[in-house]
Amino acid sequence: MRKELIVLLVILGVFLAIGCTGNGNEATNETDTPVTNETGAPVTNETSVSGQNPDAITVSAAASLTEAFTDMESQFETENPGTDVNLNFAGSGNLRKQIEGGAPVDVFASADQKNMDMLANETFIDNSTRKDFAENSLVLIVPANSDLNITGIKDLTASDVEKISIGNPETAPVGKYATQALTEAGIWDQLKDKTILAEDVKQVLTYVERGEVDAGFVYMTDAKTANPGTIKIVATVPVNTSISYPIALVSASDNKEEAQEFVDFVTGEEGQEILEKYGFTPESE
Amino acid sequence: MLDKIWFPLSLTLWVAAISSILVLCSGVTIAYVFARRDFRGKWLAELFVTLPLVLPPTVIGYLLVILVGRNGVLGQMIFNVLGTGVMFTWQAAVIAAYTVSLPLMVHTAKAAIEGVDREIEYAAYILGKSEFETVLQITLPLAKKGILAGLILSFARAIGEFGATLMLAGNIPGKTNTMSISIYSAFQAGNNELANLLVLILVFMSLLTIALTGRFVGKLEV
Repeated sequence: MRKELIVLLVILGVFLAIGCTGNGNEATNETDTPVTNETGAPVTNETSVSGQNPDAITVSAAASLTEAFTDMESQFETENPGTDVNLNFAGSGNLRKQIEGGAPVDVFASADQKNMDMLANETFIDNSTRKDFAENSLVLIVPANSDLNITGIKDLTASDVEKISIGNPETAPVGKYATQALTEAGIWDQLKDKTILAEDVKQVLTYVERGEVDAGFVYMTDAKTANPGTIKIVATVPVNTSISYPIALVSASDNKEEAQEFVDFVTGEEGQEILEKYGFTPESE
Repeated sequence: MLDKIWFPLSLTLWVAAISSILVLCSGVTIAYVFARRDFRGKWLAELFVTLPLVLPPTVIGYLLVILVGRNGVLGQMIFNVLGTGVMFTWQAAVIAAYTVSLPLMVHTAKAAIEGVDREIEYAAYILGKSEFETVLQITLPLAKKGILAGLILSFARAIGEFGATLMLAGNIPGKTNTMSISIYSAFQAGNNELANLLVLILVFMSLLTIALTGRFVGKLEV
């Protein structure tokens, strides 16, 4: 009995030790290799020292911005070594609720104007800092091995199409755009019972990639990030509202200066270049 | 509002009931085998059955999706037989509930069966009863307190199952939104009124379960 107790305590001790080393390291920092600034001199990342980095900003961004903003994070941190960017991706509705609930966020980038408007109305965001920075388009996708002959949204009403995934309109703008498009096409009522709601656009993509549903609505940019050979883009789906992404500073932010620098980066040349790389249509300023 | 409460409630009870019946049959059988039999790899089987008890629900959900999802080993078999997938159905909710509550039944029933004096079983054998008859007429009745406790635990666990259910059955209003999923949904949507009502009902149901357990199990004479 004593031997087992000792083993148990050792294991617990190891777990505690591992847990402790997690603090002070930046969990979201992808750049492990030494980075150099413009003059070619190596720059040490300040967050490798244990303790909180005073110039850390939290950016809540729509799930569809995952790849683009992750790229921006590393480039921004390279050029601004004193600032550390923490990225928080989820459905824009969920992010909005977090900010309403007082989450310590500095920047909010939404996939629709509506969520930003809701925050602006309650002055959770600083409307003077608000800018549109990208546009996207909605596409209909199916699993690569689908044999259901879906060529457009009208084909979704066929009886052999059983499950269609859309984002949850409460939490993901991509779901709202999809329902809007289907309502405009006059087929929403027929398709309502076939819909499987996903928390954000990435989950819709996963469902289609895995073949768990017969079709799904995602942004063009997400369709491009799908695992190769898992999905087929069937058609671009026109929506009456333009899919435009706003970004703004959160009013309660403690790091407005650094946050504004990040927003300027996103709306500036470098940010727009990265967004374009991932298939977003840059906003002409 | 009523349909937003009635459907989750009836679905939860239905799923928990079906799951508990399945757990009762398979769980007691497995418990008996664990209690009264020895075989090679028994430790592995016991580990396997205990695993859902210690794994986080999201891990269980993930593993189940891999197993019974459209491209999973079981999932493909199911599709070939039924022509449709099992994900996003109430049956998936049953699978999730079953997986997490089985270990509770097995452990409780196993302890109860082990507590049955083997001498009594041997006496039955000597008097001509087969093992099967002995199990049904002697062993299980003597272990019924523990088995009932296991059943109630499993039922309660099935009612409260959330993580794995969300991943396997999804949140489809009118089809797979159990009570716990509906509470989460209502909370997410900021619908505190609905969330409060659902929580109240769930708490009431849980209290009722505890009260019934106390009365019922207490009354069982051994």
